[in-house]
Amino acid sequence: MLRDVTLSIRSGSTALLGPSGSGKSTLLRLLNRLADPDDGVVRFHGTNVCELDPLELRRRVGLVPQLPAPVAGSVADNVCFGPLLHGKEIDPEGPVRQAGLDSSFLERDASRLSVGEQQRVMLARALALEPEVLLLDEPTASLDSAATAVVEDALGRLRGLSLVIVTHDRAQAERLAERTVELHEGRVATA
Amino acid sequence: MSTVSITLGEVGASLALIAVAIAVSFWRRAELEQDIALAVLRSFVQLTAVGYVIQAIFDSDSLWLVVALLAGMVAFGAWTARGRAKAVPGATGPILLALSVAAAVTLGLVLAVGVFEAEPRYLVPVGGMVIGNSMTAVAVALNRLADEMHDGRRQIEAMLALGATSRQAARATVTRSLRSGMIPLIDSTKTTGIVFFPGTMVGMLVAGAEPIDAVRLQVVLLWVLLGAVALAGLIAVSLAYRGFFTAAHQLRE
Repeated sequence: MLRDVTLSIRSGSTALLGPSGSGKSTLLRLLNRLADPDDGVVRFHGTNVCELDPLELRRRVGLVPQLPAPVAGSVADNVCFGPLLHGKEIDPEGPVRQAGLDSSFLERDASRLSVGEQQRVMLARALALEPEVLLLDEPTASLDSAATAVVEDALGRLRGLSLVIVTHDRAQAERLAERTVELHEGRVATA
Repeated sequence: MSTVSITLGEVGASLALIAVAIAVSFWRRAELEQDIALAVLRSFVQLTAVGYVIQAIFDSDSLWLVVALLAGMVAFGAWTARGRAKAVPGATGPILLALSVAAAVTLGLVLAVGVFEAEPRYLVPVGGMVIGNSMTAVAVALNRLADEMHDGRRQIEAMLALGATSRQAARATVTRSLRSGMIPLIDSTKTTGIVFFPGTMVGMLVAGAEPIDAVRLQVVLLWVLLGAVALAGLIAVSLAYRGFFTAAHQLRE
């Protein structure tokens, strides 16, 4: 639940920080219209998101979920899935490398990878859509410290797009984001 | 052809087996005694009542009364299937449409092909079978749809986040639900004649028909039922999955 949230997220990298239940994942889902607010307006480049085509908005504002949710098939199938929905064929190797995996992963069955590797496939899958903004919902919550370091390294290397990272880990927010917005019980505590 | 006539006393004597069922339940503490008693009472009352209704419709020879009876079956079937698919938002419309179309198309086909004549004595029992089997298939398919939409929520939302439409995101779920609705009848069709004898054939044999005639009619009915169940399941899941999504391709809370 979010209440009285007024917030401007500029380009660059922003962390949404707060304990579980503070509303940060809810806020993230409003940004690409996986949910709509009961009251109030979310704007993207000044336009009310409700006036935009939700499918096109989600291509421009990609999301990496908290837990990996691969589609059945290879890593390449997963990475090409989003662009194919929008009628585009891509070479999956670029996004896979951007996400910190090498091309030997392309033909492997995505469901048989470790959680850390699957999470990087999720990152590659979102990057394949060439989004302007990438939303990351606790992207390392289910990973051990080694896998977390690899994902953070891949995120740190990304260029040319803005990141909004939901995390409960203040140190991670400081490592990954230029700005931090702190939420507490559905309200902005500090911005 | 000899006819079968059963007195009320003979019907009553068959209650001995019900006593066995109740005794088993009591002995093993399955706590089904009340359910068994209710099932016995309802089957007797409902079948007796419908027996008189069907007799009246046969006597009147009115196709309008047949249509009215089948419409009543569709309504009751939809209500029953709805009860088993409570977790599917707005399922009543899709279920009603699924049962109506399945009944109309399959009955229309058997009439057009000339298997039966357009007389109440054929349309009522065949219509009842089609609607009853479709109801079961639709209930199973929608039940599965609700479970899959609940368990697969994370997967589906991940697809929506990539720009999939609700239709694209639900496609695999819808297919699995349709399969689960159709598989029981396909399996029973595969084993028919080996593991069990279907009711129509049994009825015709008991009533003194030639075995080959009974078999041919049963084969036609099984195949008609497969078509009806496929059609009803397809219509129900293809329409009902939409209830889980908003117009903006979001999962409803």
